[in-house]
Parts: sequence; C-alpha cells; structure tokens
Amino acid sequence: MNDLLRNFFDWGLIGDTFPDLLTYGLRNTLMLAICASLVGSVIGMVLAIMGLSTRPWLRWPARVYTDVFRGLPAALVILMVGEGVFSAQVSWLQSPYPVAILALSLMAGAYIGEIFRAGIQSVERGQGEACRALGLSHGQSLRLVVIPQGVRRVLPAMVNQFIGIIKDSSLVYFLGLVTTQRELFRIGQDSSVSTGNLSPLVATGICYLLLTVPLTHLVNYVDRRLREGTRPVATLEDEPSLVDPKDVLA
Amino acid sequence: MTESLVSHPPTDAGHRFAGTSLVAREIRMSFGSVEVLRGADLEAPAGQVVCIVGPSGSGKSTLLRCLNGLERRDSGQVLLDGVDTAGLDVNQLRQRVGMVFQQFNLFPHKTALQNITLALRAVKKLPKEEAVAIARARLRDVGLADRADHRPTQLSGGQQQRVAIARALAMQPQVMLFDEVTSALDPELVKGVLQLMAELAGQGMTEIVVTHEMGFARKVADSVVFMDGGVVVEAGPPERIFDDPQSPRLKRFLSQVL
Repeated sequence: MNDLLRNFFDWGLIGDTFPDLLTYGLRNTLMLAICASLVGSVIGMVLAIMGLSTRPWLRWPARVYTDVFRGLPAALVILMVGEGVFSAQVSWLQSPYPVAILALSLMAGAYIGEIFRAGIQSVERGQGEACRALGLSHGQSLRLVVIPQGVRRVLPAMVNQFIGIIKDSSLVYFLGLVTTQRELFRIGQDSSVSTGNLSPLVATGICYLLLTVPLTHLVNYVDRRLREGTRPVATLEDEPSLVDPKDVLA
Repeated sequence: MTESLVSHPPTDAGHRFAGTSLVAREIRMSFGSVEVLRGADLEAPAGQVVCIVGPSGSGKSTLLRCLNGLERRDSGQVLLDGVDTAGLDVNQLRQRVGMVFQQFNLFPHKTALQNITLALRAVKKLPKEEAVAIARARLRDVGLADRADHRPTQLSGGQQQRVAIARALAMQPQVMLFDEVTSALDPELVKGVLQLMAELAGQGMTEIVVTHEMGFARKVADSVVFMDGGVVVEAGPPERIFDDPQSPRLKRFLSQVL
C-alpha cells in the first residue's frame, strides 16, 4: 500500500518535475493549443460558410472534410500529417511545431466548423431579412450581422473545444521533440520513465487540471451570462403617452 | 417620465419626405406548388398611404415582400416612380424601398444608434461622423434621442419598433413598407407606433401598410386594398371599403374583424 502511494505521490519527484513543467512545458502546451485554436477557427469559419452555401459544389467538400477529420483518431492524424509533411522535405516545415499545429488545426477546424455552423443557423431568419431590406449584400449581412451573433452564441462550445485541443496537444510527442520543445505530457512521461515512478505524471496531470478546470468553469459562467442576457430596463413609463388615442384610432 | 410625440413633433417643422409612387402589376408567386399570389395589383401614388387588409393566408405579406425583392416573384411588374424596377440592382431597389417588420428584427448585438449607422456605413459608405449624425437625427425624429446607446433588449417593444422605423428612414427611402408592425406589440404600445406612421404619412412619405388595425386604415389610409386568395378583391378609399363593401368576401371579412 505504501509502495503504491509512493509510486503516485512521491512528493520529492513531483516537486522535481514542476520546474520543467511550469517553464517550457506549460508554455509549449499553451502555444500549441492557442495556435491550433486560431488556425482551426479560420478553417472552421470557412467550412461553416461553405457548409451553409446554397451551392452544392461548396457544401459537399465541406461536408466530406468534416466527416473525415471528425471521424479519425487524433493520434492517426498527427502521425500521418507529421510523417507526410516531413517526407515532403519543405525546409521551414522540418520543425515539429508547425507540423503539430497544422495537424491539430486540421482536426479542430472540423469540429469548430460544426460549432460555427450551428451558431450561424441559430440566428433568426429575420436578421438576414432586415439586412437585405436595408440593401446589404449577402456577404455584408453575414459578416456584419449574422456571424457576429452566431459566434457569440457558441462561445461556451468554443471554450469546450479549446479544452479538447489542450488535451489533444499531448499527442504531438509522436513527432519527436527535443528537450525544450517538450510539452506537459512529454516532460511527465520522460521523467516518469527515467525514475520508474508515476509521480511526474501526477504532476503533469495537475498542470492540465490547472488549465482545464478554470476553463470549464469559465464555460459555465459565459453560458449563464449569455442565457440570462441583459435585463430589459424599459418599462411602460418610457412609452410616449398620447394626448388622446382616439385622434388616430377613431 | 412620460414623453409625448405630440408635444415633440417627430421631425423638424415643415420637413417633407420625397415619397414617390409605387405600382405593382399582375404579381404572381408560388411557394412550390402553392400559388400564393395570383395576379395581384397595387397602386400607391406618391405621398399616399395604402393599407392592405385581408384574412391571414391571403397573400398580403407576400405581396409586400415582393415589392422590395425579399420574395422573388414569378411574374409581374413593380414600377417605382413610373420606372420598371426589373432593371434595377436589387440592393439599390431596397435602399429606395424601406421596410419595417412585425418582429422588429433589430440587431441585438448593436445599440440603437449602431442599428441605424450599420447600413449607412456599409451600404451608403458614409463616414462614421456623418452616419452617427444622421442616426441621432432619426432617433430624435422617433422620440428616442435619449435611447441611442441602449441595446434592443433594454427597450420596450414599442421603442424597438420605432428604432426599426428610424433605421429604415435613415436610408432615405422613397417608399416605406410596413408588415404588420404592431402585431407583436402589447396593446398599450401600439398607438405610439401608429401615430408615428401617421405623422410620416402627413409629411409626404409613401406608405404601403399590411395591417390588422382597421382604425388606422380607416383614419390614415388614402386607399384600402382588400386581398383574399392571392388577389386584390376590392380596393378604394377607406369610406367605401369599410362602409359600402361590394363583394361578399369583403363583407364577410369585415363582419369578422369589426
């Protein structure tokens, strides 16, 4: 029992792992997740707009892309994209980071595309009609009115997606990382292998939770704010009272 | 806290709108196999108010939406100021024919002021200061100068609809279309919106109004159009339509709503 406990909670080892985790591990994980989220959002927005098009030749490619990248395991995509890009011998793509971000973004884009599409579709038809009635083009109405509202509604889902990307980023160790390139998971794993003790992984887990648990609560907070909205403050007293309604409504 | 539209005239004294005529001829339109409009005609002379009344499903809203291209008609002509609009770019047509909706359709992520400046800047390409100045003036016109920075959710239904009217007016339309604009309002908020519409009419705006407010139609309209089954059954001055209906369908309709 004591062995088991020491295997997980060797405080000395946990303490030894934290400096690496907190210096470059956390930074690398966050950089991967943030970059992949940004690029994934761009891909997702393009997919969402294509998916909502009335033209089948725009809709179909978006559909197929989404099905493929949502349907494949993250490990497979990271490995295949990584090996594929490395074998292409593009000079500036030989570092694992751009490749890892690319692989994570391709997958995130598929999920984010569906999130955006649902958000945009949830915006009332009347919003687009009001735009058109004012003479806005289809593109202007999407850009200025419909998309801003749709994106606002899916902020909670986007934070959840970001949490997912943080976790998926642990898989980039497949691509081979030199010491300071390692992210949270790889640092914990290396240290765990070299010490034959699981405590470094516990330290890693704590780091992940430090990132994801506050984010989970942020989701709930944002969700509640969006649901409740701003309270209406206008009351009947603000309405103009007419001298005599019979003037107009005989 | 009460303000009165009557003591605060909605527009500058002597302000006149440059309303033009709008004529629709033989408008036909189908949703799939359902023929909603079966050759509807409408004539709104410059500066006049035409009210379209009729039972639900009679095609009155669809006809209105055909006038600014929100619905694509299958056939028929729409003439604006005597000129066929078929040759016009639809976005240009919509700048000249403003529309107000039953559900207001204000942009909830924008303030009242921004609701008005959005199209001024995006469509008319006005610089920001000019757009803001116009928006403030139109908000003052509808009695809501002090609500410029409120979001739609912070406004009552009547105030929201007046912002929507200001938003349409800011584009300087020649004709205004009103699609059951008081139907979603609490009864006590209806009169402020109707009063505003009556005042705009008095200042020369051409208005085409789909409405269930028979009192408004009788008092403010220059002519009333009764639609049923996708066609105009009877049209004429309000006295004749309401006091001396000819067709059995109009008589039956009036007996149900009056």
